[in-house]
Parts: sequence; structure tokens; C-alpha cells
Amino acid sequence: MLKTLRTNDTALMILFTLVVLAGPLILAPVGAGYPDLMQRFVIYGIFAIGFNILFGLTGYLSFGHAAFLGVGSYSALWMLKLLSINIVPAIIFAVVVSGLFALLIGFVSLRRSGIYFSILTLAFAQMSYNLAYSVLTPITNGETGLQLDLEDPRILDSAGSAGQVASPSFFGLEMGDTAVVPFLGMDLQFNVGFYVSALILIGMFYLSLRIFRSPFGMILRAVKSNQTRLNYTGFNSRPYTLTAFVISGMYAGLAGALLVCMDPLAGAERMQWTASGEVVLMTIMGGAGTLIGPVLGAGIIKYFENIFSRINDEVVLGWFSALPDWLAEAFTTVISPFLGSGWHISLGLIFMLVVIFLPGGLVEGANRLMNLFTRLSGPRKNTASEEDAYADKGSLPTKAAPSSTVVNTKES
Amino acid sequence: MSNYYLNRRKFLQGSAVLGAGLVAPTIFSRTAGAFTNEPGKGSVVLGFNVPQSGPYADEGADELRAYKLAVKHLNGEGDGGMLGTFSSQMLKGTGILGRKVEYVTGDTQTKSDAARASARAMIEKDGAIMITGGSSSGVAVAVQSLCQDAGVIFMAGLTHSNDTTGKDKKANGFRHFFNAYMSAAALAPVLSEHYGNDRKAYHLTADYTWGWTQEQSMIAATEELGWETVNAVRTPLSATDFSSYIAPVTNSDADVLILNHYGSNMVNSLTNAVQFGLREKKVNGKQFEIVVPLYSRLMARGAGDNVKGIFGSTNWHWSLQDEGSKAFVASYGKEYGQPPSQAAHTCYVQTLLYADAAERAGSFNPCAIVEALEGFEFDGLGNGKTLYRADDHQCFKDVLVVRGKENPTSEFDLLEVVNVTSADKVTYEPNHPMFAGGSLGKCNPGA
Repeated sequence: MLKTLRTNDTALMILFTLVVLAGPLILAPVGAGYPDLMQRFVIYGIFAIGFNILFGLTGYLSFGHAAFLGVGSYSALWMLKLLSINIVPAIIFAVVVSGLFALLIGFVSLRRSGIYFSILTLAFAQMSYNLAYSVLTPITNGETGLQLDLEDPRILDSAGSAGQVASPSFFGLEMGDTAVVPFLGMDLQFNVGFYVSALILIGMFYLSLRIFRSPFGMILRAVKSNQTRLNYTGFNSRPYTLTAFVISGMYAGLAGALLVCMDPLAGAERMQWTASGEVVLMTIMGGAGTLIGPVLGAGIIKYFENIFSRINDEVVLGWFSALPDWLAEAFTTVISPFLGSGWHISLGLIFMLVVIFLPGGLVEGANRLMNLFTRLSGPRKNTASEEDAYADKGSLPTKAAPSSTVVNTKES
Repeated sequence: MSNYYLNRRKFLQGSAVLGAGLVAPTIFSRTAGAFTNEPGKGSVVLGFNVPQSGPYADEGADELRAYKLAVKHLNGEGDGGMLGTFSSQMLKGTGILGRKVEYVTGDTQTKSDAARASARAMIEKDGAIMITGGSSSGVAVAVQSLCQDAGVIFMAGLTHSNDTTGKDKKANGFRHFFNAYMSAAALAPVLSEHYGNDRKAYHLTADYTWGWTQEQSMIAATEELGWETVNAVRTPLSATDFSSYIAPVTNSDADVLILNHYGSNMVNSLTNAVQFGLREKKVNGKQFEIVVPLYSRLMARGAGDNVKGIFGSTNWHWSLQDEGSKAFVASYGKEYGQPPSQAAHTCYVQTLLYADAAERAGSFNPCAIVEALEGFEFDGLGNGKTLYRADDHQCFKDVLVVRGKENPTSEFDLLEVVNVTSADKVTYEPNHPMFAGGSLGKCNPGA
């Protein structure tokens, strides 16, 4: 059994790597194959993986994770402004700062669990947001957002091309550089920033896989299933939850740093509670506690936000142009409230459907489908293949899946 | 165990090689076109990036209507609007440089992050050659710097902060709209005439770049008159209830309230101020007054009766009687059944100015367009003689001082023009302290 699990992990890892690296090829047919959105998929994937280490493993629902994203963004941007346009110091500094910040907030918030923990983190995040928005304006430039500037000191490489703001680069490879390759009538855009983020995502996914499979991960799971009992056995679980919180905060900081490396602007709204809620949605939609789920969820939400929101009335009308006018307009009237600026509505509907019918998220949906196929092909082997299917997706066995979406309030 | 680790190593090596292989070609391949998104033979794509949600959504909707109208006129549909009155007669309704004009739209949500994501999608996905729009200076500043980096032209929509063409100005960015300094310079003489030179002002200010520069400009202009500034309080852009900010005003000895708010911010704060009975108040033996430095008809409609008699400034008003304004109002009215707002006007004009610059330059290359627009003098677009100054890419033209009408004749006839302040009265040096600090840099054609 253990051996199977490991080979499956390797298979999962290889599959994941291939899919991520082939991003431009896979995403171009669905209209998402442009650098900005692909970068967002990957970066928010990192953010969601990090969040899942805390929420998926320990069951602690943090409602303030956007604060770490914001802190990461601001610290990375300051590094780009002050030290060097190279993204490496910026990313390292951002991860360190957000880690320290997470240590501070985690130390206070983790004294409580369940709903009280959620509220504490939410309060801290809103506090950081308001600080960034008004009090700390000299550091954050408030509502306007912090940007690179022609007059930035940049101690290490200030002598850039005159008159242009330098763009973030990895030892000379500019994040904005894109190779456009025509392929089957589509333009595939291979972008440096995307591949830098993608390689980091793959690394972070591997790290999260190792955490999931480690004894440390096992303790975190024990916290989730029954923290009180764990404490009664004389085991002090707080250092472990705090470590998980800090790791997860550092993931968020890394994501924040990557965001400004790809697009050098840090705005306070990145820390707003809606942004914190978004990562919760991503994780739950994909499947909390599963390895691949959060990345899937991040992809779907970002896809809705960026593609669905841009479908306006004219585009919808175009779809039905073959139909008679009155019918086309009738269809348009029915459908368009769910598209364009109404994309939140369709996202909300899908989220409700997922939570009601697939409490384990999209990963559970995929597993059910896979089970259905195995059952159809060979009814006898049912039990064994089901286990395989779960191992394949790196998910927990069936029983844990439904409870993973619920905040465990009993523990407090 | 060892078997597993070996696999991992192999895999890591493999993925590193694969990654490097995929990244490598990008180093050599950025010289495909002469500039970013060079349009093909048939059509050219413009990006209209406006707020469709958030506090400035009304303005955004009106801007979008104006953009669609401008595209129609450029493509030779409809009655041509201001194409006929524009002093430069390069635009014939045959698209731009013989290419049909197409457009994509996006929602800025009045947030810098979202606005940049939307603009990047337009540039990277849809191949937009020019981005225009924005109803918030924070957004305009953010998108302007994005366009500078990406190598496309940014034609600012409604942005009134001094910083847009001040410390955050960019070579690829242009602004037709007036700014906070101009508002203050135009308002001061009128305020002095009606309210005297011995007043105490209390400022409520939207807490972002526009609010800051509007407050600074108003304080400078009114203190020059001899007014005293009692207090200046910053309010968050997302605020919808201003009662807690209005209450302290009633307890201060201020006799003028200056609302450096715009959009639904201003509608709400003004309504709150009126509910608190500020307009019936007498302080220091003088009638209490409210001033709204930046006015728009959409706001006036939102605030209803509360705007009666209140002074403010505006870039343009549909009741103007010059040929350009009349043609635009007629054309817009026929299309949408209502007169255009100042936001609609500036966006329409910016689109025409871009198209005209491309025609005159004979190219879509951003650097050629910058050259064509710098120092360009034109007329017939509703504001009289106008200059696009080369030093900061700001338009200089007459500024209107308006007042809420006491007896409006229709739901659109809410403002009356009190004074037309001539362009030379609101012109400032490019190195004026309120605009100092930034530099245009060089035009960036991208690619």
C-alpha cells in the first residue's frame, strides 16, 4: 500500500509538471493563453496551495490570508525599488517579511480555534488593509498603489536605460518578454514571467506534497480530526499549528512577491477581506485537504474573473447571430446577466452547486467520475480501484472529504 | 526508498531542462514587430477600460456610451458628430489609416489592480494598440504607467488629479481633462465674489491621489484669497455614509464646507451635509456654504435638490453653444436619448484626438503619435482653442464654473454656467511645485 502511494505521488508530480509547463498550449484554445492570466493562474495556485497547508491539514480557517499576500507585495516592490531590479532578492525578502508577519499574527490568533480564530485573522487582515490604505501611506502610497519610478535609487543596478522604468528581470531575462509561436491557427504565448512562476509553483507543489506525506503533516491532520484529544494525550499541538500558519503565510508572501514581479504595482485592495475570501473559495471549490484541488480552484476563479467578466452583450449577441433576431435577443437577455459584470452570479451558482453536491470539491467530482468508469469497466475490482483513485489525486480517503469543508467549531 | 529518490532527481533535472528549453527562445524573439501590437491591414483594436462597478460606475457607463459613439463616427456610421467641427480635418469616417476601428471593453472596478489586469488582457490578448478610460486618478496613474511599460498609448479619460500629468506623468500618456489646480484657479475668483474673502473652510477629502491634490489646490487658492483652513479630513474612497465626518463640521467654527469628493462619494456626502442642516446654518454671522470643486451632471442628478446653488467647476457642459458641442450633443442625444456628461465628452474627444494623431503621423507607432500630439493646437471639440502641451501632455483650455440650478427645467438641466475662465488664467508653469517631481521619460514603442 505504501509503495503504491509513493509511485502514485511520483506519477502525480510528473503529470502536474507536464500540465503546468504546457500551460500556453492548454489554455490558448479556451481564450486564456495570454501572459497576464497564465501568470495569475500560477501565482494564485501557489497562494491556494499555501492556504491549503493550513486549512486543508489543520482545519484552521484563516480569513486573513490576503494580508500576507499584500505584505509580500509591498516588501518585494520596495526591494525592487531600493536594491535591485532582479527578482531574486525581492522574492527572498518578501518571503522572510511575510513569514515574520505570519509568526506575529499566528502567535496571537492561534490561542483560539474555530470561528474565533477566523475572526481574529479577519480582524488582523482588515487592520493591515486599513493601515496600508491610509496610515502607512508613505510606505504604501495608499489607494493609488505603490509603483516603480524613474527616480528609484536601486543601489545595485541603478544605471538602467535612461528615460524608461526598468522592468523586473531574472538576471537579465525580463518577466514581460514573450515569444509568440503560431500553432494550428492560434498564437501560443510563451512568457518568461509565466515560466519563472510555473517552476516556482512546481517546486512549491512538491514541497506541499512532502509536507502532506511527512510525520509533521500527520500531526496537522491529527489536529484537524480532534485537537482536544490530541492535547489530552499530553501533546502540545500549538508549535505545529503555528509552524503550519507561518509556512502558509510564507507561501502567500511568495505569491504576493511574484505578483509584483510580473506587474510592478502593489495596491492596498490586494489585502481586502474579499481577497482573503477568494482564496477560501478557491480551496473549497477545488477540494480542501487535497493536493491538486486548490490549484484547480484558483484556476477556475481566475478564469471566471478575467474571461467571463469580459463577455459583454455584443459578444453574446454574436453567439446567436445565426438565429432569428427576436430569438437571439431573447437568449441574450436571459444569458447576459450571468456574464460580463454579472460574472459573480455565475461563479456563486457554481460554488453553491459544488458545495451542495460535491462537498469534497472538484477533486471529489473527478474521483466520482473515475469510479464510475472503473465500475463500468470492471465491477469486481471496485474497492481496490477506489483507493487507487484517491491516492492518484493525493486526496484523503472518502470519509474525510466531506468534513473538510466545514469549520470545526466544536474544538474551541 | 532509493528508487523513489532517483526518480525525483531525474524528474527535477528533466523539468529544469524542459523549462530552460521553453524559456530560451524568448530571449531572441522580441523583435517581431516594429512596435507593440502593430495592427494588421484590416482593422485596429482600441481598449476601453472603464469602471462598470464601484463608486464611479455611472461615469463609466456614460464613458462607454461615448466611446461606442466615437467608434461609430470614426467608421463612418451615424452623423459624424464632431468630425465635422474638428479643426484638423484629417478624419473622414474611413476608420483610422484606412483600417476599421474595433474595440474591446473591460471593467476597472475603480481598483488599480483590477484595472491593470484588465488593461493587460486588452494588450496581451486582444492586441489593443491604445488604452483609454478610467474614472479615478488612482486607476489612471496605474494604467498609464502600465501602458508606458507595455509600449502602447494611454489616452486618459476622466482623471482630475494633478499627479496624472504632474509627478506621475508618462511619455505615452495624454490627458484632455482639466485638473485640480485648474479647478481651484477658476473657482477662487467666483468664490471671492460671492462669499467674500473672510471665510473659514473645512475640507472633506477622498483619500487618494485625486483627493489629495484637489485639497492641496483648493487650500492654496482659497488661502490666497484670505480664507482660513480650519481642518482637512480624509475619507476612504469606499465610504458610503459620511455622517460621522459631517458631525464634527457642525461643531467647528467653519462657515464653508469644501467637498473634495466625486461620483457617489459626493452624492452621499452632500446629502448627509444637507440632512445635518448645514445649508440653513449661520456661523460667525454668515450663511454656511458648501462648495464642490469638481462637478458633473451625473452627480448633480444623484444628489437631486441638494445641489441647488452650490458652486463647482466642470470640464465641459452640454448646454455650451459652440458648433462642436452642439454637434456632439445632437449626435449623442439621437443615439441614447439623453445629453452626454463631461466624462462622455472627454472620452469621445480623446478617441478622436488619438485617431487624428495617427492620421497625421501616418503611423500607429506610439512614438510617432506622441510626436503628433505634443504641442498640438486644435479647436472645434467643445472647449474652444486647446493646446496639448509638450512638457507634460496636459491640455490647456477654458474651464467652466457652474452652479446647481434653482429651477431646473428637466432632469438634465441641473447646472448653469456661471463663468467661463479663460485658458490663460488657469495655465501654470510645467515646473509648478504642485506638479514637480516626475518626468515624462522617453516614449516607449514596446516590442
